[in-house]
Formats: sequence, C-alpha cells, structure tokens
Amino acid sequence: MSPEPVTRCGVRAGSYHDSIVLMRLQRALAALPGVIDAGVIMATPGNREQLAAGGFDVEAAANPDDLLVAVKAESESLAAEALSRIDALLRVRAADSSEDYRPHSLAAAFKQLPEARWVLVSVPGRYAADVAGEALEQGRNVFLYSDNVPVEREVELKRRARDKGLLVLGPDCGTASLGGVGFGFANRARRGNIGLVGASGTGLQAIMSRIHALDSGISQAIGTGGRDLSAEVGGITAGQALDLLRRDPETDVIVLIAKPPDPEVGSRLLAQARATGKPVVVHFLGAPLPGRRLGNVSFAATLSEAAELAVGPHPPAPSPAPPFTPSPGEGKTCGSVRGLFSGGTLAYEALLGLSAFLAPVWSNLGKYRLDDLLRSREHTILDLGADEFTVGRLHPMIDQDLRLRRLRQEAADPEVGLILLDVVLGEGSHADPAGELAPEIAHIRASRDVEVAVVVIGTDADPQGLETQISTLETAGARVFRTVTDAVEWIFLNRTEAPETAPVPLEAVQAPVAAINVGLESFHDSLRSQGAASVHVDWRPPAGGNERLAGILARMKA
Amino acid sequence: MSVDINAANQTAVGRMISSRPMLTGVARAGDVVPGLRENLLLHAGPPIEWERMSGPLRGAVIGALIFEGLAKDEAGAVAMVERGEIDFEPCHHHAAVGPMAGVTSASMQVYVVEDATHGSRTFSNLNEGYGKVLRYGAFSDEVIAKLRWMNGTMGPILAEALAKSGGIDLRTLLAEALHMGDEGHNRNKAGSLLFLKQLAPYVRDSEVLKFVGDTALSVLNPVMAACKAMADAAHGVEGSTIVSTMARNGTDFGLRVSGLGDRWFTAPAMVPDGLYFTGFSSADANPDIGDSTITETAGIGAFAMAAAPAIVTFIGGSPQDAVHATREMYEITAAEHEHFTIPVLSFRGTPVGIDLRKVVELGITPRVNTGIAHRQAGVGQVGAGLVRPPMAVFEEALVAFAERYGF
Repeated sequence: MSPEPVTRCGVRAGSYHDSIVLMRLQRALAALPGVIDAGVIMATPGNREQLAAGGFDVEAAANPDDLLVAVKAESESLAAEALSRIDALLRVRAADSSEDYRPHSLAAAFKQLPEARWVLVSVPGRYAADVAGEALEQGRNVFLYSDNVPVEREVELKRRARDKGLLVLGPDCGTASLGGVGFGFANRARRGNIGLVGASGTGLQAIMSRIHALDSGISQAIGTGGRDLSAEVGGITAGQALDLLRRDPETDVIVLIAKPPDPEVGSRLLAQARATGKPVVVHFLGAPLPGRRLGNVSFAATLSEAAELAVGPHPPAPSPAPPFTPSPGEGKTCGSVRGLFSGGTLAYEALLGLSAFLAPVWSNLGKYRLDDLLRSREHTILDLGADEFTVGRLHPMIDQDLRLRRLRQEAADPEVGLILLDVVLGEGSHADPAGELAPEIAHIRASRDVEVAVVVIGTDADPQGLETQISTLETAGARVFRTVTDAVEWIFLNRTEAPETAPVPLEAVQAPVAAINVGLESFHDSLRSQGAASVHVDWRPPAGGNERLAGILARMKA
Repeated sequence: MSVDINAANQTAVGRMISSRPMLTGVARAGDVVPGLRENLLLHAGPPIEWERMSGPLRGAVIGALIFEGLAKDEAGAVAMVERGEIDFEPCHHHAAVGPMAGVTSASMQVYVVEDATHGSRTFSNLNEGYGKVLRYGAFSDEVIAKLRWMNGTMGPILAEALAKSGGIDLRTLLAEALHMGDEGHNRNKAGSLLFLKQLAPYVRDSEVLKFVGDTALSVLNPVMAACKAMADAAHGVEGSTIVSTMARNGTDFGLRVSGLGDRWFTAPAMVPDGLYFTGFSSADANPDIGDSTITETAGIGAFAMAAAPAIVTFIGGSPQDAVHATREMYEITAAEHEHFTIPVLSFRGTPVGIDLRKVVELGITPRVNTGIAHRQAGVGQVGAGLVRPPMAVFEEALVAFAERYGF
C-alpha cells in the first residue's frame, strides 16, 4: 500500500527573496528525506499560476510580497518536517572560500604575485623548457626540477638567462636553498655564512647536513643541474652563482661541488672562485686534486671533508703578489704559459696544477697531447727529458742546449706571457744551470713583456751552490720558487682575467622569498610551510596536449 | 608573410574599449536596420535553416509572422516558411542583436545605438518582460497583443523621451551598474533602474513607466546593442585573434574572429548548467540560445562576475567563486577595460577581448551567464546558469587563422 502524497505549504509574509535564493531553497527542500517535490515562489498571481501548473494544489492566502513554499511529501510528518526547515535553509550561506585563485597561466600568476622572483618548474620535460623560457621572458629566475630537457634547450635557456642577469637552476635540479627557503628537496639546515654551489643535488644535501651537524650553517645553496659543468653548457649557472655569492653579504665561505667538470669549464670556475676573494672549498668528485690549496681555494677529497674545510678555520689567503724585485713585466702573467722542464715529475706536477685553472694545457705528458712537439700552443708544459726529446742528445739536466733554443722560441711567441722553468741541482747535474739560463732570461726580460718563473730544486749542500744559483736567476729577472706548488699558486693568483657575466641581482637570493610553482604541488606546499609566498599554477599542457594546435600556437608566438 | 598578432589584438581591443555607444532613439526596424525586408526575419546566433531550428526559435518565427500579419495562425506561418517565402538571416548580419530567439521583423520597434567614437549604428529589439514572450517562442494572442502595445504605443513614447533627453550614454550607465551589483548580462537590476531614472522625466505614460520599471532586464536590449557596437569596432582587424562575436541560435553556438572576416565557426550548442525554477529541470532545457553572449564578448556579463556577488549561486555559491570566475577570464583576454571596473578587485578593469590563442592554449573557454529557455516553444524561461561554448569552435577558428595567415 503506497501512501498518498500530501502537499503542504508555508507562507512568510513580507519576506522578499531574490529568485536565486528561491531556487536554492527549492533545491534544498526537494533534497530532504521523503520530499517528492517542492515549490518556492514569491506569491504573485503569475507565479502562483506557475506553481499550480507544476502540480502543487495550493489554496493558502498569500500576497505578492509574501514567500510561498509548497512541499509535496510522502507523509504529513515529512512535509511538516520539511516546512520547519525553511527558515534555517534561508539562513544557510555558502562558506566563504578562503582558498586562493589558482591561475592556469604564468602570466596570470605574475599578476597575482608580482613580487615573485622565482618560478619552480616541475612539469614533464618536453614542456619544461617552454615554461622556463616564459619565466625568463618575464624576468624571473627559474628553478627547473624537470628532467629530460634537451641539452640544446638548456644551453639556450641559460645563455638567455645570463644575458638578462637571471639564474636557471637545472634542469634536473633537485635542490636549492635561497634566502632561507628550501626549494625542491632541501634539508632544514641552520642559517649561516656558508654558500653552496652544486651540480649534484644529493651532494648539496650531504654537505648541507654535514655543515649543520658541525654547528655551522648555510647562507645559500644553489643547485645548477647535473650538466651545467659540461663543455656544452659551459658552467654558466655555476659561474653566475659564484659571482652572486662573491657579492652576497650573508656569504663568507663558498663551497663548490660537482662531478668532474669539463676541464676548461673547471678551470674557468676556479678563476671565478679566485675572483671571489672569499675562502672557497672545491670538491670535484673523483677528479685529481691539483693540490690542497691554491690561494683562497682549497681542494677537498670528499663531501664531508668539503663541509669540514668550509666550517673552518680558514687560513689567511697569501698575498697575490709575493715580494719580489720589480721588473719590466711586473704582474703580467695573462698570456700563455709555457713550461720547459728538465724534470719529468716536476713537469707533471706543474701540468696537473695548472690544468685546474688554465685548461687546456698541452704537453707531451697528459690528456691534451701536442701533435707537433716542436711547436707549443696556448698553454704548454713540456718534459724535455722525455724520450722524444733526448734521441741522440744528452738529458737536459746535463745539456741545456735544446732548452735554451726552445726558450728563445717561446719568448719570441707574442702569445706568451710567462715561461716556467726548473733548475734541478745536485750530484750529476750540470755544473751551473742558472748561469747558462741567466743571459737568456735577462735578454727576454729586457726585450719582451714576458715573465720568467723558475722552480729551483736542491739543497744548500749541493755543489752548484743553492744561494748563488737563486741569486743568478733573480738578478737576470726571474721569479724563483722552491716548489712547483708555490709557482703554480703564484700563477693562479696572478691570472687577473675572470669570465665576465651580467651580475644576478642579490635580491634573487634574499628574503622574503616569493615564488610561482608550476608542476608538483608538494613544492608549493613546502614553500608555504616555510613562510614563503607562493602561487601554484594549475598547469595543463598547451592546447590540452594536442600537438597540432600547440604547434600552431608556438609558431604564432615565434 | 608575418603579422604582429599582439599589435593587431591591441588595436582591436583598443577599438572595443574606446567605443562609446549612445542610445539615441527607437525606430521601426524596417526603416533603420540595414537590409531588413518584409519577408526577412532576423534571428539570434549563427545562420540556421528552418529544419534545424529549435522549439523556441520556431515559435518566435511563427509569432513574428502572425505579428507582421503575414500569417493568420501557426499552420499558416509554418506553411509560408515551408513554401520558402520567408528568408532567415542572423541579427548579427544586420548590425543587430536580440536576446534568446532574437527574432526581429520589419514592423518591430528597435533601439538605435550610435557609437560616438567609431560612428557605427547598432540595433536591438524591445524587451517584453516576463512570462509568455516571443523571445522564448510564445505566440499566443496575449503575446501578440503585448507586442502590438509595445511597438505601437511604448516604442514611439520611448523614441520621444530619448529625443528629449538627448540620448543615454550606455557606457557610463554600464560602468555605474557594475558598481551597483550588476554584471550586465544575467543581472541588470541596477542598470534597468538607472535606465528608468534617465527616461522618467520625459515619459508621462505611467503604463510605460511601470512596464520598464517592472522588468529587471529592461536595459538588457540596449546594453546588448551597445556591446554589439563595441564588438563590431574590434571586428575586421587584419591579423587579430580577438573574438568579435559569440552567439547561439538554440541549435548551434557560433563565433567570429576579428582577423578572419565574416566567417562563422560553429558547433552544437551546449545545455547550460544552472538552477531551475520550480517544476523544471535540465531535461526541459533548450540548448543555449540568444545573442546576449555579446556582453561577454565585450568584457561584461560572466567576465564581470566579481562585480555581482548577489548572483554567485549560479556558479558555486560564494563571493570568492565570483572573484575566481573573473580572474579566470583575465587569463584568456587581451586587456583590462578602462571604463568598466570592479570595486572588489581594487577597481581593476574587467577582462576584455577574448584571445583565441589563449583559449586554446590554456583550455579555458569563455564563461557565459545565461537564462535557460524551455525546449518547447512558448513555455518560457525555466532557469538560469552558466554555460561554456564548445572548445571545438575555438580550435577550428585557430586552425583557420593559421591557414589564413600562414602559421
């Protein structure tokens, strides 16, 4: 037996409501249990007619200014229950949603958060470069977490960024900490005075954590992406980062870590590390150390050692120009370096040391091997005692004829700025090597703008007379060093050229941090939880992933 | 060949913004609307033939033929149409716009809007108020009688009042209404009262005053003609991807693009998502109909939703949702309006000038606030809500643009 539906109505005299409120009330009443249908009107004759047409047989007295509610329900009690809800339902207001608008485009996000200096990009790789490019167009720095970005795009983005004084961290950059806010994967390390630059994300995290454990802290951690120090990319970001940390007043000590860089890139970065004038700890994982220390730059063998060296103490960096008799070519070591060694191991040590900051260094010993041993090119270190030079000839520790001729040859090369020699004293050696070299050195120093440095190996008991040999060389105008390391460091400190780069404004790494996040929402949540301002872009592939349309759009932008 | 799309768009949208539509008169359509002949009926939306017309549009056609005295009744009207004696063309092809069915015939009175900046003239019919009305396809005797009164009595009175008043600056009126809770499409309460206020000193007939005052949509028709003037000013700019027309005929949604001439891009119209009057549901709804999307085309309506918190229930319920709706439209538009501003957004200009490229790239179609018509002729409005045009028309237009300009 199905119960007969009942229709009941209620009137609220003089209660005006907008039609939208009426529709909402109608919907809410109809949704109540046991309610079959509901009608809610302002009781004008026309509306009453419409209500009747809707199947509500209503006889209630109501004026046009009155609210009339009709409910058709399964039972008397359910109808009464529904009508009792009218006033409560009329009072219901949608909660004021405090959630911010999520823009779909970078353009809208920039309007919403104009102070944002960073855009975090973690969209799929094939879209990432375009998003990053748009951020650069808008004058923003980019934290590019996405991987699978072609290296050509990376190069193009980073060159564009460099020209605009902006940073592109990445692609495939997992870690940064800027102005006290961690981007991507970052440890909550204490704030301090150590600035990190790293091509390795987990390497940065390891050092960050270690520094924290040593009761010290970090100022900035700047990830560059794993390919930054390759020959193609050329260490653009790392170079910008070093320059930035040089100027950053929060940073007193700098750590630079990477997998072994391209030699030329590595050498440029060391030049920049020197130019910071701040203690710099370098750790190129697995690369041979050029020494423990060159001026303000120390070399660490492991990540934890890098952290420990960074925490200090820091010995004062040696003065870049050790006291020496002034000479016509004072300080000029910016041309090519040519080393003419009689000792093979000394040549190799010089090659190793100089290669760290002068790559490529050509030689008859190492990776960059001269095709034609008779002609030096760029920077060249020659072991004149090697077999190829001693065929039918005495070893240069005894007979310097070949070395003297080569010395004249190098000095005549207008490219050359410095000639590096060794003099090895002791039993069996030439009786007066300095005396043979001195006239040639004096001639070079007098006639050409070429510096001559000599490493003298020997004891004060050696037959040639250590003091005499040194003073002969110095009188001729040479700089004399007692170890290859000292000579290499002196050369390092006197190279004055540092790669030019449009400075990245310090604001990029200063608090307060504001950023726009495109991609992984967790990055946005993380920024917010650290107190940074962040707008999350509700990103979708252009044209919904339709490649034909996206292609048209791209061509229209070009 | 290369065109500077951004520059072209700034030109187009600049022309749209600088348009200054003045309501200067009311006149017989056949006397003022270019190309309007006795056997021609104008209708809303893109071109459509009788066979494909939806219920409300067919009903309005029948009603207009009875009103014109061309047919005696429904059967006679249908027979005339089927004999091919009546031509149909979009209002948009004749510098006109009409809400819902938008059917306009030669004897009907129309508002005349003159663009003081660009010199164009645009037209829109008179609003019939609520209940049984031609624009929803009703053609009963009372509907025809009301039309006769409107066109025979009210039209000339309004014409005289407008002549005496020196005309009404619709851009100013709209700007003010946006500060009073209107968005200019679904909500025109404030604008209609401002309209009444400006007319009242010049109208003696209390019946006319009451009719204009009772209809909260009175000003919608002049506003639509004003928006048509703005949109037309932006049309025909070489290389521009700005959408210059959006309109629906109850069967198809159509759009035109500034840089693509008079070609329509069409796709089946959607059924709006909305709230329904007592006794109706979405099953009763006709697909989207009417030229009133010209308001969104010109940067008001749903684009100015943040200005109209009173009607947010249509889109989710909270004032924040209204703000979000407008923010979303900023993402697909080329400019912010100089004259139409939104107090709650710190008087930021409304988003104006829909850029085809942004719509396709971001996958965001324009929002449209709309009334919902019953699918059967003559039943009338059954609700109101939000509709978005089909993405396909924008994609098709983008491809056509690429072909036309060699991208």
